[in-house]
Amino acid sequence: MITKRIIPCLDVRGGRVVKGTNFEGLQDVNDPVALAEYYSDNGADELVFYDITASHEGRKLFTDILTKTASKIFIPLTVGGGINTVDDFGRVLNCGADKVSVNSGAIRNPDLIPNAAAKYGSQCVVLSVDVKRVDGTFHVFQNGGRIDTGLDALEWIKQGVENGAGEVVLNSIDTDGVKKGFDLEVLEAVNQIVKVPVIASGGAGSAEDFVTLFKTIPGISAGLAASIFHFGEVKIPDLKKKLNEEGIMVRL
Amino acid sequence: MIAVIDYGVGNLFSLKSSLQAIGADAVVTRERDCILQADHVILPGVGAFGDAARKLKETGMFDVVKEVAAKGTPILGICVGMQLLFDESLEFGRHEGLGLIPGTVDAIEPRIGADLDVPHMGWNSLSFQKDSRLFADIPEHAFVYFVHSYASFGCEPYVSALTEYGIPLTAAVEKGNVYGTQFHPEKSGPTGLSILKNFCSL
Repeated sequence: MITKRIIPCLDVRGGRVVKGTNFEGLQDVNDPVALAEYYSDNGADELVFYDITASHEGRKLFTDILTKTASKIFIPLTVGGGINTVDDFGRVLNCGADKVSVNSGAIRNPDLIPNAAAKYGSQCVVLSVDVKRVDGTFHVFQNGGRIDTGLDALEWIKQGVENGAGEVVLNSIDTDGVKKGFDLEVLEAVNQIVKVPVIASGGAGSAEDFVTLFKTIPGISAGLAASIFHFGEVKIPDLKKKLNEEGIMVRL
Repeated sequence: MIAVIDYGVGNLFSLKSSLQAIGADAVVTRERDCILQADHVILPGVGAFGDAARKLKETGMFDVVKEVAAKGTPILGICVGMQLLFDESLEFGRHEGLGLIPGTVDAIEPRIGADLDVPHMGWNSLSFQKDSRLFADIPEHAFVYFVHSYASFGCEPYVSALTEYGIPLTAAVEKGNVYGTQFHPEKSGPTGLSILKNFCSL
């Protein structure tokens, strides 16, 4: 049986993991390589590295870190942030990324997903979408949730998958940071319209929220979170134990 | 020395790193002589079968792989690299494979049931079908990482491990010195590293 995946997301800026962290036994909690190793040893099924730098120097630091991480950690690694061209795909894939997540870049350049899928295969193209409710419909937001593109989220996702995205990360801005659970309504809607794996993001505050997610929408493939894992509010081995007890298949 | 065949398909960074991590002397190459001298050969691969088969031929590696297999050198195909070992694939038309193991590569979608995602992506467990040195120290139901939309069918006598995704899917095959894993050992954590180590000690 395929298992539900639990995925921590690390935001990296200037070669460091942003946001304070709280881990026993970790000397340097902002060292992305150490943190990635910690997660890999403690039940994470995949890792997402998000590059939130904009400068050229920052990019270089980021790819150095990616190379170091990918040389040590043998679970799937997705990279997002600053992916605007097919060359950007090449840059991070050559440094050891397995999958590349596109967000604003795909909105600015409609050829990005089809071209990247043609060159590197759909299996490495992840469509990441920031969604927010506007007048009763779901809109795609851009630039970290600041700009309403006016695009209908369900249409956009459907089109992205038809164009070659092999996976979808659905981040609900409405629930993100609220820590009261995933946005089940939009996740259910997205799950209905695409055949590729859907990763839920935004809103997890407790292990219970993951149980609710996978029980309510069994078609959801994975749950992604950042701060609750980084702050140690939810420990992945405990979370997986709980999911297992609730009859949800996980890799233990 | 282990030769990882570089025929312009996919990203070999992880595979090379994982071989380094287990202390193997790995070379990524498309030099015929180097590959024929290697003690072990790995045929990687991602993406579409037709594209991979075409590149294998364009780089001259198609015949080199056949030579390696005929010589008796242990060879391991990974993911699309495993699919290439079979007679043919029906992915976007009919494409000829290496014909080293009897069987056909075909879409999983019409067979697995409508409620399951395609690709089959994530960690799934292995169920062993025969004693295999590749899995000598791997416990039954160990988890490994899969990403694929096509799988091999009609190869039952050679299946060494299955995985369950709506139906039993071929997870690993072997025929003499020719081995294949549909999953990615280089992305399957400590279990995957053990499998690579087992291959390197064949």
